[in-house]
Amino acid sequence: MNIHEYQAKELLRKEGVPIPPGEVARTAAEAEAIARKFGGTVVVKAQVHAGGRGKAGGVKLAKSPEEAREIASKILGMQIKGLTVEQVLVTPAADIATEAYAGVILDRATKKPVFMVSPAGGIDIEEVAAKTPDKILKLPIDTRYGLQPYQASRLGFFLYDDVKQVRTAGKVLQQLYVAFMKNGCSLAEINPLVTTPAGDVVALDAKMVIDDNELDRHPEIAALRDESAEAPSEVQARNANLTFIKLDGNVGCVVNGAGLAMATMDLVKYYGGEPANFLDIGGSSNPEKVVNALKIITADKNVKAILFNIFGGITRTDDVANGIVTATKQSPLKVPIVIRLTGTNEEIAMKILQENGFSASSDMDEAVKNAVALAKGGKAA
Amino acid sequence: MSIFVDKNTTVVVQGITGRDGSFHAKQMLEYGTRIVAGVTPGKGGQTFEDRTPIFNTVADAVAATGANTSVIYVPPMFAADAIMEAADAGFRLIVAITEGLPVLDMTRVYPFVMEKGARLIGPNCPGLITPGQSKVGIIPGRICAPGGVGVVSRSGTLTYEVVYQLTRAGLGQSTCVGIGGDPINGTNFIDCLAAFEADPATKAVAMMGEIGGTDEQDAAAFVKQNMKKPVVGFIAGQTAPAGRRMGHAGAIISGSAGTAAEKIAAFEAAGMGVAKRPIDFVELLKKKL
Repeated sequence: MNIHEYQAKELLRKEGVPIPPGEVARTAAEAEAIARKFGGTVVVKAQVHAGGRGKAGGVKLAKSPEEAREIASKILGMQIKGLTVEQVLVTPAADIATEAYAGVILDRATKKPVFMVSPAGGIDIEEVAAKTPDKILKLPIDTRYGLQPYQASRLGFFLYDDVKQVRTAGKVLQQLYVAFMKNGCSLAEINPLVTTPAGDVVALDAKMVIDDNELDRHPEIAALRDESAEAPSEVQARNANLTFIKLDGNVGCVVNGAGLAMATMDLVKYYGGEPANFLDIGGSSNPEKVVNALKIITADKNVKAILFNIFGGITRTDDVANGIVTATKQSPLKVPIVIRLTGTNEEIAMKILQENGFSASSDMDEAVKNAVALAKGGKAA
Repeated sequence: MSIFVDKNTTVVVQGITGRDGSFHAKQMLEYGTRIVAGVTPGKGGQTFEDRTPIFNTVADAVAATGANTSVIYVPPMFAADAIMEAADAGFRLIVAITEGLPVLDMTRVYPFVMEKGARLIGPNCPGLITPGQSKVGIIPGRICAPGGVGVVSRSGTLTYEVVYQLTRAGLGQSTCVGIGGDPINGTNFIDCLAAFEADPATKAVAMMGEIGGTDEQDAAAFVKQNMKKPVVGFIAGQTAPAGRRMGHAGAIISGSAGTAAEKIAAFEAAGMGVAKRPIDFVELLKKKL
């Protein structure tokens, strides 16, 4: 789960990370009032779950409250990578001497959280990694022992020469690590971590990604979810316990299991079609899940054909068949449907479908070919 | 022969009285797996299906039965503890089916299991099956047949799909292993490939990977350097967009790393067969067998 910059900053502040004050505005008038309160130059920053906000024009300096209002009115409502900006963070502009990067990322290769620091901060760390990999220090951390002082010191010396700054940075890294562990993160980063002309070390931007599997034991973090910052269809799917990702094609896919769902999308493409979505109804299906899945798929006006691909293991194919029948009785389909199912209770499922006027195949390739043909306005083989 | 499980595998089911645990314990018993005990704290002394004794702790179950393998169906928030309990009890093989285990839990569990010298398969995996001998997990037994193809995969239902198509085409399997779709898991492709290479019953390997991470690229390098047996690979997620998690916690393309194209190129560079569709496994494997 992604959280906003202002939320990540709040979590880091709780651990003691030095962060300039800031407040969130939902309207231009609010932005102006906040800017007036802080006085001087402020930064107005779009709060969306997308990288590259600066490049997209979503981060701007304002020298006066009036200018803050004007800038906020432009940024609010702006589209960044398909997401609408609903909130801006208004924060006093800082004087910057140096910019560094500090992050903790769950790393598959070492099976540990890995600290990454770089004195080349303020830009995308992947860009630094690609162009100047020697400017990045990586350090895997054994979570059974945590970040040790000597490790924090080593990371600090990679960033700064001044011992005082190294010590301050070491403290910030400890706090970053605590926030990463405490909140169940898969990523926590400060970029940039700046030094001011006065020698202070301050975090100017923060990003955190929470492991979805942690949300059950962190209800306070789960409550940070901003549904207005996500595609409505994906919110609807999650609330129905489905995994859904909207894509740009016209073949709506309903599949059980993530790997098979991806393989089905790939097969649609292989046979000349374009998948409209990734949708995994999960393992233990019930008819209700299928009803919800069909609601979400049919709400997408691009969808010209619907493809079911179900390999019943834990999933009972008769549950899926009943779901299809119920859903289409509630609201008849306006586009053709192709059903492929095989596995647990296949005979019962086929009977249910036939009695209700549906045909089904047990062959994946055949079903995908038919769905692609139908989506193009042609006929099934 | 086979890898990891065979007819001598004796299994303890952790979470045997739960919804998933009881359903799959029954399926495993029907398949002929030697389930010798179950564990559910507080239900020690009872029996499962009138024949399998239930114990309060894994240590009790091992002391009473001498079982060598554990399969875990406990809920995600308790799964890390269950895996550590199993490793501490001295099992050789631990199969964690549970989905939704926090990844940070695995950063503690993995080194613990390694220090105990156990093999962990999963979490968030369908387990494994040696057709005709033993099924430990949830892979449907009726889609499998004994034979010479070793199967290893990061996914569940996609594995079933491929195994089903292999069986229909007359290509049986030595062992099918689902290693799971989480970012941190106990057993990776290379572990399975090495075991298949050493297993006399395995004549060729079918490997199903997906987008995200570098496990498939590492596996391809291993195939090139260490394997004489033919390996055919498939990557799911060729049409997946970057930066979006495709269901599995591990299936995410970050930056330029972990794309299907990158993985397929690694397969080709290693001289492996590349299945563009699941059905392509059949012809590619037939050619190599």
